[in-house]
Amino acid sequence: MIDFLRNLFRKDDAKRGVSEKGLLLYHSTGEVIRAETLLKEAGVEVAVKGPPPDLRQGCDMVIEFPLLEEMRIRGLLEQAGLAPMRVAAAQDHLLEPVSLYHVKDFGDYLMVRAANMKITMDKRDRRIVNVSGGGCPDVPFLAETLVGKVLDDAPEPRSLGRTLCGYSLQLAFEELRRRCPG
Amino acid sequence: MSWLIVGSVPRADFPLAQGDYRLQDDTLFLDGQRIRVARGTPALMAVAAAAAEVLAVPAPQALVAGDIGTGEGSRAVYAHLVENIAHIDHAGLTFHYLLPDIAWHNQVLWTLEARNPAPLLVADAGFMYAAKMSGYAAHYDLFTPDAGEIAFLADEVAPHPFYTRGFLLQEEDRVPELIERAYAEENAARHLLVKGKTDYVVAKGTTVAEITAPDVPAMEPIGGTGDSLTGLVTALLASGMEMTQSCRVAALANRHLGHFANPTPAFGVADLLPFLRRALERALE
Repeated sequence: MIDFLRNLFRKDDAKRGVSEKGLLLYHSTGEVIRAETLLKEAGVEVAVKGPPPDLRQGCDMVIEFPLLEEMRIRGLLEQAGLAPMRVAAAQDHLLEPVSLYHVKDFGDYLMVRAANMKITMDKRDRRIVNVSGGGCPDVPFLAETLVGKVLDDAPEPRSLGRTLCGYSLQLAFEELRRRCPG
Repeated sequence: MSWLIVGSVPRADFPLAQGDYRLQDDTLFLDGQRIRVARGTPALMAVAAAAAEVLAVPAPQALVAGDIGTGEGSRAVYAHLVENIAHIDHAGLTFHYLLPDIAWHNQVLWTLEARNPAPLLVADAGFMYAAKMSGYAAHYDLFTPDAGEIAFLADEVAPHPFYTRGFLLQEEDRVPELIERAYAEENAARHLLVKGKTDYVVAKGTTVAEITAPDVPAMEPIGGTGDSLTGLVTALLASGMEMTQSCRVAALANRHLGHFANPTPAFGVADLLPFLRRALERALE
């Protein structure tokens, strides 16, 4: 009972809070059902809900999912030919991922930043020398996998990462490849 | 003061481990396990241990589990903390690379705050994201964000730095404005150490120090230099130093670390460790 009351008090005490959910949008209800089945079978905690008014552009159902797992979920859906029409944050449907890339030239080295992730390459041999930024626990793992590998031989972060930080790194990786084609 | 570092090791096969650890060259030894120092929580632990030796105080302890992004290790750490709170009698805790999970975050925070006296709470990386997302950011003593992360803290609806709205540009010269906004939205800890081209030490919304020199641009791309800063401030707090002074000295020492190591963007944190004693001693002068 004390814990229950304390929790009630605590909830009032929190001035702000942000939903950790995202929404997958599809054109058709059939796609929603197939995507939900696929994700549930993969162990992802998902729920089918009605779309908010400003997102009623496709079918009348959306799939709510843990936003931090966006990268893994996109991968699962793309593999199954069920890529969503749009992905949105549940908190504010106008939220879009950071789309600007920042590039810094260090002479022999080039650094590309996407959102909160940075990847740096030695221009002389196209070897990845550093990965920095981010806060999700797949970042140090991805960094240890990528650092030391030549850009063309390195695995894409999307093949190993699970989180939004991993997804940011994938975007930075793609931009680095675009800027430094072999 | 006794201190506990709580985070993850970037290995799928690493078990839950807790206790005293030691640093030897670029390897950590904890609970019979070896951990290579590259970046992430192991980098924080390595720098904190090396700094504690310089400060002649006991090294922090650590509670870590392997996590490569699945969240399994993070959840094991969260559960262990809550279930063993009677044995968590440290004066302070530094939370680091853990998968953000609001439900577990809240349980951990409430359990720790129920202690009398409540420990000092420092959050960086994923746990800082969870603290902001939970709405309890103001319950923390210190956050250590970079420019992108202060933009995330300033955006009251962003669930992750990836979704920070574009009008809150991650530009270095906008950091003071973003700090103000983060406090206005109650998404900041009581103190902030914002790392970047200029490091800002902030107490209850007021910037009390700006550190700009020495400036070593090559430190930016090096993975783990933010972790080293959090390791430095952890050791300084564990030595009993006051919060804003700890932040100022840590920022200065991390800059001296870069200055003395004279790195290229291809360096790793382990390459910087041999210069830590000299860097911290210079910052303390």
